[in-house]
Amino acid sequence: MMDLKRIIKAGLVNFTRSGIISWAAVLVVTITLFVITAIILLQVVLHFSLDQIKEKVDVTIYFNVGAPEDRIMSLKESLQNLPEVREVAYVSDTEALELFRERHKEDYPTIQALDEIKDNPLGAYLNIKAKEISQYESIANFMKSDNALALGSASIIDKVNYHQNKLIIDKLNAIISGAQKLGFLVTLILIAISIIITFNTIRLTIFISKEEIGIMRLVGASKMRVRGPFMVEGAIYGLLATVITLIAFWPITAWLGNNMESFFGFDMHAYYFSNLFQISVIVLLSGVLLGIISSFLAIRKYLNK
Amino acid sequence: MIYFNNVSKIYNKDSVALDDVTLTVATGEFVSVVGHSGAGKTTLVKMILADDVPTSGTVFFESINVHKLKNNDLTKLRRRIGVVFQDFKLLSNKTAYENIAFAMEAVGKTNEEIESDVPHVLELVDLGNRIFHFPHQMSGGEQQRLAIARAIINQPELIIADEPTGNLDAINTHEIVQILKKINDLGTTVVLTTHNRGVVDSVGKRVITMEKGKIIRDDKEGKYVI
Repeated sequence: MMDLKRIIKAGLVNFTRSGIISWAAVLVVTITLFVITAIILLQVVLHFSLDQIKEKVDVTIYFNVGAPEDRIMSLKESLQNLPEVREVAYVSDTEALELFRERHKEDYPTIQALDEIKDNPLGAYLNIKAKEISQYESIANFMKSDNALALGSASIIDKVNYHQNKLIIDKLNAIISGAQKLGFLVTLILIAISIIITFNTIRLTIFISKEEIGIMRLVGASKMRVRGPFMVEGAIYGLLATVITLIAFWPITAWLGNNMESFFGFDMHAYYFSNLFQISVIVLLSGVLLGIISSFLAIRKYLNK
Repeated sequence: MIYFNNVSKIYNKDSVALDDVTLTVATGEFVSVVGHSGAGKTTLVKMILADDVPTSGTVFFESINVHKLKNNDLTKLRRRIGVVFQDFKLLSNKTAYENIAFAMEAVGKTNEEIESDVPHVLELVDLGNRIFHFPHQMSGGEQQRLAIARAIINQPELIIADEPTGNLDAINTHEIVQILKKINDLGTTVVLTTHNRGVVDSVGKRVITMEKGKIIRDDKEGKYVI
């Protein structure tokens, strides 16, 4: 207990006495934490925008005009039973007409033509959303299969737009899985680089003290008594760097949030604040552990003499 | 107290630091080890501290073979020995007070003991007005007196002074020698290495003369003869 108090006190005193060297180390740890925070936020943006895009992909089954509703509903039910299907939305022919009118309300010739026909020229449709983009193919195959036909659906289906969408869906699928893999790889590389840089900086600050370390050992100090203050210093680097990083991201996310919200519909500033606690914990733990472990490893070399 | 049995230290064929040295130092002795630079004096004292490993032979501190010690036990051994170096080896980012306090903390002294003993020992080496100075704010003589204060604070059984006056002028040298003699008078064994004739002659005790890693003379009340 007495030792622990002395070690912490010595760490604090060393930190203040080392002056500019301490702050240089804090700066480097700050950069690492900056990278980690930026990556967390980037991942969120990436996932959010991918979700947005995924949301826009669907397959629609158009039915012939006047197709009986009970047969459509039984098809809907069997689709809903497929494990790949997330949701199936039924739009009846009258609803389809209303939506059409709503969409074209500025387009007078079209509305006029529609009024002239009197009868509803539109059929009902089912809008299908899959759980994963890659599953649209199997849903489309199901539609082609005997199963669906056996229900007598073939006669009432006008068209399925899967094949028009297929190209886009496939491309999107490739982009999304590529983006996720690349994002993961870039994250790993960036974090590895910044950890190496931090480790080396801390090693340099300890290298400056290597003579002192030898003297402390000659005076008869235990390993822990020598190593402890350096680990405390490492923890202080992490702590201060966390504070700086979290404060710095306040204006950064505000600025990004303003610029991105109109484009993505994603408010980064609000996200940053609503998740501030989790982000702080991650950043603090990374910073403090990085500082302590780097110091621990860096000093080992000089201790074992 | 200290026993060297046929100790040799050979770095390579052309550089032999110790050549078959056998030596005994009794408790309470004041031994001066003299010789030119490179005669093996520093290697000799490093062997006692297990700061260097012999190529052959054994070194005992009382009944302990110092080179057989594990890390923890070595730390304990070093706490029984106070060391003074030519280049002082003070902790540069600690004040005079903290330098001494650190040595006391290392052996587990309480805060009360530290608070009462440190000013006392600094007074003893005439540094009472330098308590809160950093080493770089002190003269060479003051730094060496601080190093001695640190070496004696834990009442070691042995003081090793390796060229303690090498960087000092005549007046400071005289002071340091007087302090070491006083420590010896109080019962602590002292091993002093030096190539300063004045120092050896003013001590007037046992003198071991080394040359090229060998002991060439061992005089009871010696003088500097090379």
